[in-house]
Amino acid sequence: MNAAARLQDEAAQETVLVVPGMHCAGCMGKVERALQALPGVTAARVNLSARQVRVTHDPAQVVPELVAALENVGFPSQPRAEDLAPPPSAVRPLLAPLAVAGFACMNVMLLSVSVWSGAEGTTRDLFHWISAMIGVPAIAYSGMPFFRSGWSALKHFRTNMDVPISIGVTLATALSIYETATHGEHAWFDGTLMLLLFLLTGRALDAAMRDKARAGVDSLLRQAAPGAMIVTKGDVIEWLPARELVPGMIMRVAAGERLAADGEIVTGKTSIDQALLTGESAPVAAGPGDAVHAGTLNCDAPIDVRVAAAGQDTSLAEIARLMEASGQARSAYVRIADRASRLYAPAVHTLALASFIGWMLAGAGVYHSIVIAIAVLIVTCPCAIGLAVPVAQVVATGALMREGVMVKDASALERLARIDRALLDKTGSLTLGRPEPDPAVLASLPGEAASVALALASHSRHPLSRALAATLAARGVQAADLDGVNEVAGFGVKAIWKDRAVALRRPDAAATIATALDIAGEPAWLIPFTDPVRPDASEALLQLRALSIECSILSGDNARAVGDVAQALGLAAQAAASPSEKRDAIARAQQGGHRVLMVGDGLNDGPALAAADASIAPGSASDVGRQASDLVFLGDSLLALPKSVLAARRTMRVVRQNFVLSIGYNVLAVPLALLGVLTPLLAAVAMSTSSLIVIANSMRLVRAAK
Amino acid sequence: MTGVAILLPIALFMGLFGLAAFFWALKRGQFEDMEGAANRILIDEEGDGLP
Repeated sequence: MNAAARLQDEAAQETVLVVPGMHCAGCMGKVERALQALPGVTAARVNLSARQVRVTHDPAQVVPELVAALENVGFPSQPRAEDLAPPPSAVRPLLAPLAVAGFACMNVMLLSVSVWSGAEGTTRDLFHWISAMIGVPAIAYSGMPFFRSGWSALKHFRTNMDVPISIGVTLATALSIYETATHGEHAWFDGTLMLLLFLLTGRALDAAMRDKARAGVDSLLRQAAPGAMIVTKGDVIEWLPARELVPGMIMRVAAGERLAADGEIVTGKTSIDQALLTGESAPVAAGPGDAVHAGTLNCDAPIDVRVAAAGQDTSLAEIARLMEASGQARSAYVRIADRASRLYAPAVHTLALASFIGWMLAGAGVYHSIVIAIAVLIVTCPCAIGLAVPVAQVVATGALMREGVMVKDASALERLARIDRALLDKTGSLTLGRPEPDPAVLASLPGEAASVALALASHSRHPLSRALAATLAARGVQAADLDGVNEVAGFGVKAIWKDRAVALRRPDAAATIATALDIAGEPAWLIPFTDPVRPDASEALLQLRALSIECSILSGDNARAVGDVAQALGLAAQAAASPSEKRDAIARAQQGGHRVLMVGDGLNDGPALAAADASIAPGSASDVGRQASDLVFLGDSLLALPKSVLAARRTMRVVRQNFVLSIGYNVLAVPLALLGVLTPLLAAVAMSTSSLIVIANSMRLVRAAK
Repeated sequence: MTGVAILLPIALFMGLFGLAAFFWALKRGQFEDMEGAANRILIDEEGDGLP
């Protein structure tokens, strides 16, 4: 019995499914119960923060069955790709140092209060010794993140915020040990630990913000197919994940599915939607012998494709390589805190050295001069400065997240605040990127025709049918009862309604994308489809202009399609741009002294998104688009753009105020330290007051995104 | 002074105990899914059989 159970455990397989639709206890319960009800599943546990569920199951229970089980209870899902497993959490390694610093700080502060209240002689010595026993190991442990980062900067002859922190902390600890051993009056363990506690809090906030946004972005459904149905020798069809595809395999792609690899069509004629790759909105006809690419959508009929390239060899991966080479503007960006520390660190160290020399010249003796120099270092340690940037950014990011904009990178707000030029992709960015039936034609459809159209459309997986069904259902149309429904590849859906033949089919001839509705005995209805411009697009562009950001279109689509949208919105446009041309257009603007914001969604925008100073992608964007951009906005409204820019500018204003506030504290405290009258009590009070002021000022950003 | 001699070790021990408990929780992965943990108490385990 035990052996059998163990055997089963060994054979069990673990799959992680991404389920973006979960957001409450009810959803969690439904998802877990639906999966546990399957015969081969031994365990299913939801991680709600990551919107994922980890399933332990029999290898016989294949992934599509798990996905289908979730689909039945109303949750679309996809297996998480191995190569896109979430990056290790940034906040986890900081939690333990933070806890140690917090524990030690509280206990040492307790002892320090008795010293400050006038403990004398042996009592004070005892308290100092206990403080040292708690403080020294705690400082050594929780200071590690700073020592490590400071040391690696010094090794490369650079300096960052962590260098003055490490020097200050080390010297203050050394001085305190010396004071303790020589029965001195002042030990600085309390102040040093408090400094570390505040700085670690800033770091942890910064990291937590990045973790949260990344989890949100990773949980969105991926657009590349996770795998394909493969036709094997004996005409058996089996499902293989994308990473196991190899050239030469034949994959069967149903209508409405995305391709998982590059290849050549063997049998079947269809039209392929390449919007993701090229930005072109109209599907392209393809037949045997034509090359098709991973990530594109098969619209009309099932096709068999011989895989020519999979994984790292696809044209998709080629774009990824182009992107890697494009990220230079961004990696050259120096964060504002580091820029501040370039000025700050030399100034502080010169000041400390000057005070040492000054007191030596005044004849104060080596010991006394060193004590004063170290007091200067401690009081100038950038405690509030360490909080000035992260707290403001965390509050602003939280505000943006509530408005549906996720900030992926902590430096994104800094870069976004400085842009003065915006380039927008058309398909999927300015427009919704999905065909919508013409509302005027739908309104003129008689009620019965509409309900027949809905019933027919709901039987097909063709993208146009799905869009039609969704729009009609949203208008409150009830589906008619049909008999003998039959989907004919390359034609459409046929059925019988009240003894009359009805069909939703490909039109005989049409200038644009359209579908035709036949009801026997009546003239055919032609329902044209358009890719509508996002709601509030012109309002959003007006607001961007008011922020003195010049906008224009940069699209891969043909000149006519781009021209229509450009005219409607009153924008300049560049059409038919390839991915590398898009990148070059951005480079030209940057050389002209502009700071460029790229708004794009497709694979073809990837290099441009990576090259721009800042970039935003809609939540419906391709994986590549979401990965390459700094911000991702959910929902359809383009108003997220001006909102984000405005929030970023407000944040930077508050960050600058924070710098002034925290440096103001130094200006007050440094003269006291220079004169040698600064005590640990004064330092502790000043340090916490300035930190609280900076936090309070940052909290004003709670409404930054309104 | 005798009061301090008793109170100090007690305070330190309690602090260390809290710290150890936190480390234990951290190692056990209890901070992996804060949102899920908050919602999990609301899942109605026996809800299926009831009207």
